[in-house]
Amino acid sequence: MASAVFSKDVLKLDCAAEVAKISGIMQEYAQKCRKRGVVVALSGGIDSSVTAALSVVALGSERVFGLHMPERDSSGETLGLSQSISTHFGFASIVEELTPILESVGCYARRDEAIRSAIPEYGPGWKSKIVLPNVIEHVGFNFYSVVAQSPNGEQIKKRLPLEAYLQIVAATNFKQRVRKMLEYYHADRLNHLTTGTPNRLEYDQGFFVKLGDGAADIKPIAHLYKSQVYQLAEHLGVPVEVRKRPPTTDTYSLSQGQDEFYFSLPYDQMDLCLYGKNHGVATGVVAEAIGLTAEQVGRVYKDIDVKRRSTQYLHLKPKLMEDVSELTGV
Amino acid sequence: MTLIESEVKAKLKTFIAKNFLLGKDPGSLKDGDSFLDTGIVDSTGVLEFVAFLQETWSVETADDELTMENFDSINNLAGFVLKKAA
Repeated sequence: MASAVFSKDVLKLDCAAEVAKISGIMQEYAQKCRKRGVVVALSGGIDSSVTAALSVVALGSERVFGLHMPERDSSGETLGLSQSISTHFGFASIVEELTPILESVGCYARRDEAIRSAIPEYGPGWKSKIVLPNVIEHVGFNFYSVVAQSPNGEQIKKRLPLEAYLQIVAATNFKQRVRKMLEYYHADRLNHLTTGTPNRLEYDQGFFVKLGDGAADIKPIAHLYKSQVYQLAEHLGVPVEVRKRPPTTDTYSLSQGQDEFYFSLPYDQMDLCLYGKNHGVATGVVAEAIGLTAEQVGRVYKDIDVKRRSTQYLHLKPKLMEDVSELTGV
Repeated sequence: MTLIESEVKAKLKTFIAKNFLLGKDPGSLKDGDSFLDTGIVDSTGVLEFVAFLQETWSVETADDELTMENFDSINNLAGFVLKKAA
């Protein structure tokens, strides 16, 4: 591809055609599975909102059921934003409060125990998040640090030793898994499919929890770059407050952008790096389009490969010792 | 205590075989092979190396030492251990 034509325009969608394609496939698949609708877990973010809007186009609002599942660490605006989507698109929804379930499985206690192993001062009233070094500035291996903030605003940052890191991730993964458990409860009750809401960046880079938000019967936007999801959001009439909300994990008690938790760049730059890498575009050409150096884009390309390798197992089905050939094609 | 390079490498190889290859023979892994390129170790594995270096040789690793130059091959790791233990 010549440098003259490489810009954010490479991600421009024919939105009407894309909506027709996705809604057609969703309708056909629900019919094939003999299901009567879909359940969508709404986070107040762009991906679940677009998934819900596409579901309404595909099946009609009466066949879409929304779930709002805030918990103790959710941002204060999450519930209002997610409810604005079910109201705007006119489908039924309920609030499932996650905090009591998460408390009973020890999600918060197990996470806090692991944080205290790195930061002994951490206790009631403190907030926390985990962060990665920025790939653009950092040349070495990726490693997570925990950032804890005391009630009086003092912040402490410490690199996480392996056991603490794994325990924090394992404990917070309860959130995505409990949400999915509730989604399947309602899907079974209503004879619906569950939806997964990853965009292409998240799906490709393994930014999901196996058997948590990674589990779903249908993933309507997993092939779309995040910039394309925003285009569809505008086309489908997703309310502007949702479209303007910065991408967030909404998983840790301290505010955390997706680009400090997992991706090395803001989504619009990350999209172009992933697109460039997928289409064999030279690092210098991508660098010129997004205002970085070729060396920095080279680091992002390498980080994409590292994340693909390290999260490969998230995509794998359970390994069988032999094929059960009778089920092939069912 | 003076460390001997060949002994450091031997301990590292035993650790790699036991921990990352779950007892399988490291076979063709050469001392200069990149862990990332060969796919043997990812960033979680690097943290396991950090703990192993601490337990075995009391080597502490600072954040800015978690680099390819120090951690991406048996040669690099052995060089890092010898430098830190000196």
